[in-house]
Amino acid sequence: MDVGRDVTLLEATRRALVDAMEASERVVLLGQDVGRLGGVFRATEGLLERFPGRVFDTPLAEGGIVGASVGLAIGGLVPVAEIQFAGFLHQAFHQITQQLARYRFRSRGRFHLPVTIRAPYGGGLRMPEFHPDSLEAQLANVPGLKVFAPAFPDDAYALLREAVRDPDPVLFLEPQRLYRSVRGPLHLDDTGSSAARLRREGDDVLLVSWGPAVHTCLTAAQELETGHGVQAAVLDLRRLSPIDDRGLCEAAAARRRVVVVHEGVRTAGLGAEVVARLQEALADTISLPILRVAAPDTPYPPGRLEDHFLPSTGKVVAAALRAVHGR
Amino acid sequence: MTATRDWAREWAEGDGQPLQLLGHDGRILRPEVARPPDDLVREGLRLMLLSRAIDERCTNLQRQGRLGLYAPVLGQEAAVVGSHLAIDPAVDWLVPASREQPAMLRHGWPLDRMLALMLGRFEAARIPDDVRMLPRQQSIGSQLPHAVGIAWSASIERRDDVTLAYCGDGATSEGDFHEACNLAGVMQVPLVLVVINNQYAISTPIAKQTRAARLADRARGYGFPGVAVDGNDLLAVHEVTSQAVERARSGQGPTMIEAVTYRLGFHNTSDNPSLYREPAEVARAEELDPVARVVAYAETQGLVDAAAVEAQVLEARAEVATALERALTYPTPGPDDVFRHVSAEEDQRASE
Repeated sequence: MDVGRDVTLLEATRRALVDAMEASERVVLLGQDVGRLGGVFRATEGLLERFPGRVFDTPLAEGGIVGASVGLAIGGLVPVAEIQFAGFLHQAFHQITQQLARYRFRSRGRFHLPVTIRAPYGGGLRMPEFHPDSLEAQLANVPGLKVFAPAFPDDAYALLREAVRDPDPVLFLEPQRLYRSVRGPLHLDDTGSSAARLRREGDDVLLVSWGPAVHTCLTAAQELETGHGVQAAVLDLRRLSPIDDRGLCEAAAARRRVVVVHEGVRTAGLGAEVVARLQEALADTISLPILRVAAPDTPYPPGRLEDHFLPSTGKVVAAALRAVHGR
Repeated sequence: MTATRDWAREWAEGDGQPLQLLGHDGRILRPEVARPPDDLVREGLRLMLLSRAIDERCTNLQRQGRLGLYAPVLGQEAAVVGSHLAIDPAVDWLVPASREQPAMLRHGWPLDRMLALMLGRFEAARIPDDVRMLPRQQSIGSQLPHAVGIAWSASIERRDDVTLAYCGDGATSEGDFHEACNLAGVMQVPLVLVVINNQYAISTPIAKQTRAARLADRARGYGFPGVAVDGNDLLAVHEVTSQAVERARSGQGPTMIEAVTYRLGFHNTSDNPSLYREPAEVARAEELDPVARVVAYAETQGLVDAAAVEAQVLEARAEVATALERALTYPTPGPDDVFRHVSAEEDQRASE
């Protein structure tokens, strides 16, 4: 895999793991099927052979994987754990919220945990139940836990390197339908920041999103331009917790109209947090319409029904037009 | 002696009764088993008496409204002290559940710091950097996967430290117990898990936690040895734990030890055990007092006499009083402390 050549998001993820393991012998991988198989998506393909004694297939037990990662980190290692699908983070939730995220706090700084948990998420692949769930709002609600969500290959690399380097735990959400469908240049940037980033310029309205929905927004922005003459900017939040308030507010203040788009369900979704932060920061200076396009408050549906569940380009376009024209 | 005798096998082949080396009156039941060095027994007794003095003082402080909540070790001293005496605090890791005060002290958490925690002086209570011990755990059983992870890191890095973890009988019903034991078995990590079966999880008796005759039986299902030991027998607990530590250190994997004991006191200072257990049952358990047993043993061995024990009790009380005075000099937390130790960035901001 050459630098400069376009790579898939999956290849960029794998390259980040390789480079992190090359950079520090303390980095170890663990999870279900991450060894011989190379992960169900092959994100860790070849790593067992390349790093013998540092890649571990574990029993099928999410709480045990996260809990063991806590101990591995206390023992001096830098674990990168894979939870096969983010929907199964629930089986590890007590270890994430009570232990991993607050070990620095509960030990008054005696221990800090450089743990990265990778978890594929998001819809569009006709997956079985639970597999496509987007749980970012529940994760962002956990003090002490950082949440990263790349949408492009260069970010999969840069953000994952940053996550592994972070002295505190990071939940790394990988957009599964983009693993092979999105290609882009690979920059071996391991010094960048996880601040929000504009993925498209535009003066009329700001579309705020993260992960797979960023691509929905980019398609919608194209349609807004060609079909309606509306210039939509697209802000990729990238780091969902803590949110980059400055990047978010500057981008919103410049356009004065905002639509937040996400695949997680609407009520108490992360969009609500984005809206509230913008209001709190800008209430005294600007009155701005902010709308949400989110999944409905239903369980993630099976099969083709997901097409009616996920935010569509059409819904994003409609919301953007309403924000711009007030209808 | 431990090189030839396999306690887990002996227990598995026996009648299921917990292994015992000392009779209730302190007499030696198994003369063929090598006895621990005298100094180790003296240190064990000192720690057990110190534990009682802490229980006594902290319970009083709570009743006076000067301390929020306290969970006494009362009745479980031999299980905690006997097992901890089998590890080297300079090398090995201690993963406590919550009421293993004498183990935490022996591991290197200073008494004044421990008391500071109970008095809400959180910063002062921080475990010193060179003490290889986790904080007490309030989420039942959640420390067990952590213990497996630490032990696993020792395997990965080819270190020779052993991890000694504790949990109670109630914790064996938790999913974390299962996931931890299973992973420990699969990875063959150097872990010694001591399940302190004190018969009650708050009010729930062991018969309502499990239909299994003995918790130690569960180890077999995870593919490693389990052994039940009389948790009120300092010598027996120390003996089986020492063997488990040897096994772990020499790469033979984990061991589960069920220390069968009885919680003589309340679950914590807000509990009222008279609502769920009969006085006769408690009276019977009091006759099996682990401190009385080790005192009787030490006396017959000529290690101590009644006057020396009385002196040690006073010494322990004085040690607690001195530590308490120091603990009360540590600062109480202020509003800024809410934001400390959330993340490296928060601490960086706070220090700027």
